[in-house]
Amino acid sequence: MSADSATDVLLKSAAAGNSAAVARLITVAEVTPETLAARVWQSGRRAHVIGVTGSPGTGKSTLTSELIRSLRADDHRVAVLAVDPSSKRTGGAILGDRIRMGGHVLDGQVFIRSVATRGSAGGLSATVPLAVRTLEACGFTHVIIETVGVGQIEIDIATYADTVCVVVHPRWGDTIQANKAGIVEIADVFVVNKADLDGAQQAVADLGSALEYPPLPPDSWRPPIVETIATNGRGIDELRREIDHHRAYLGNDDGARLEQRRTQRTRDLLASLVAGRLDELRDEVTASAAFADQIAAIHSGVTDPWSSLRAVLGSITLDAPRN
Amino acid sequence: MPARILVAKPGLDGHDRGAKLVARALREAGFEVIYTGIRQRPEQIAAAAVQEDVDVIGLSILSGAHVALTRKTAEAVKAAGGNIAIVVGGTIPSNDIDKLHEAGAVGVFQTGTTLEELVAGVTAIVERNTVDSER
Repeated sequence: MSADSATDVLLKSAAAGNSAAVARLITVAEVTPETLAARVWQSGRRAHVIGVTGSPGTGKSTLTSELIRSLRADDHRVAVLAVDPSSKRTGGAILGDRIRMGGHVLDGQVFIRSVATRGSAGGLSATVPLAVRTLEACGFTHVIIETVGVGQIEIDIATYADTVCVVVHPRWGDTIQANKAGIVEIADVFVVNKADLDGAQQAVADLGSALEYPPLPPDSWRPPIVETIATNGRGIDELRREIDHHRAYLGNDDGARLEQRRTQRTRDLLASLVAGRLDELRDEVTASAAFADQIAAIHSGVTDPWSSLRAVLGSITLDAPRN
Repeated sequence: MPARILVAKPGLDGHDRGAKLVARALREAGFEVIYTGIRQRPEQIAAAAVQEDVDVIGLSILSGAHVALTRKTAEAVKAAGGNIAIVVGGTIPSNDIDKLHEAGAVGVFQTGTTLEELVAGVTAIVERNTVDSER
């Protein structure tokens, strides 16, 4: 069977609700993206993509589990990509987000996949978008991307979403950290989780004042601040309403804002693919014999670094990635 | 791409120190370890393993019900459309090892197995399966 038709069989089966087929497709997206990308981009099916990000221990997984419950109550088909960091030293990872989402594992309309960052910034910022598009092509109506909002990469991943929810803890100065990390700017909805803890009111007030300045342009979306207690479901209905409101806002004016957002995402994705390939090229070139020859030539006085640069750049051929 | 393993505790015993230790050892060895927590039913383990597209399911069982739980998990994996190697670790008497293999386990790690032996055993199973699937 050719690769194309194997992919088509999997896509058909996945769209009919076969979780094993969805799972295989996500693996394909991770390992050989070029064999899958054309098919899923052609499908044209789209979901409401929701990013959930925040510091470790803010309750993102429990909150995600509650969001799944709310979406399932309306009979939506929901997929989750739960992203956790790999160990930079060993490449391994412990992925434990499923513990909090165990209640949905036997629901055939819910698909949950743990994704390790695998250390490669460029890789992940392409893998997650392809995984999202694959899940869209499989017919999921909602895709939730859950990431720990600690690094730029994780923040970038979370912003590959229509609606970004930033979750903060009432204590720990999360709101101040959020300001520093630039996370305030990416939020469409703020969630103060564990709102039964002291400090919740202060966190809401802090976020409110962070939104005061710089002032938002007129007609722009003002991120609501929702208090939740994910462990008992309090505030989840309101969070769900705000997420739906935001999606409706993007869809106003014939969806111009949504289109703008998706165009930006496509731009980011293509730019990260280009950056990844340029990184590879740099590594190939600087490891080549011709590069070593140039260094030797510079040292023996035959040429100089700037003349070598021309020679080195002239030797590069911009072919497709060879993965 | 790193090998993926789902570490699960089926049945009612809630002692997960061993399972967590194994999870950490496998991460140190470069595995991506999906940990699903305690008191999992075989169907839940199978569904999670299929969605995660893991190479191996590792069952940690201290309750004495290892043969029945292994058989049920193997059947549930098959029913969920998966083809995933199962290994079992825990308090397992030597005369149950054959029964576990017959129930669907490809590897058994008894009490006293060192973490190095366990990692080497799981790695060998993953490599064997990779070779098989490339044939």
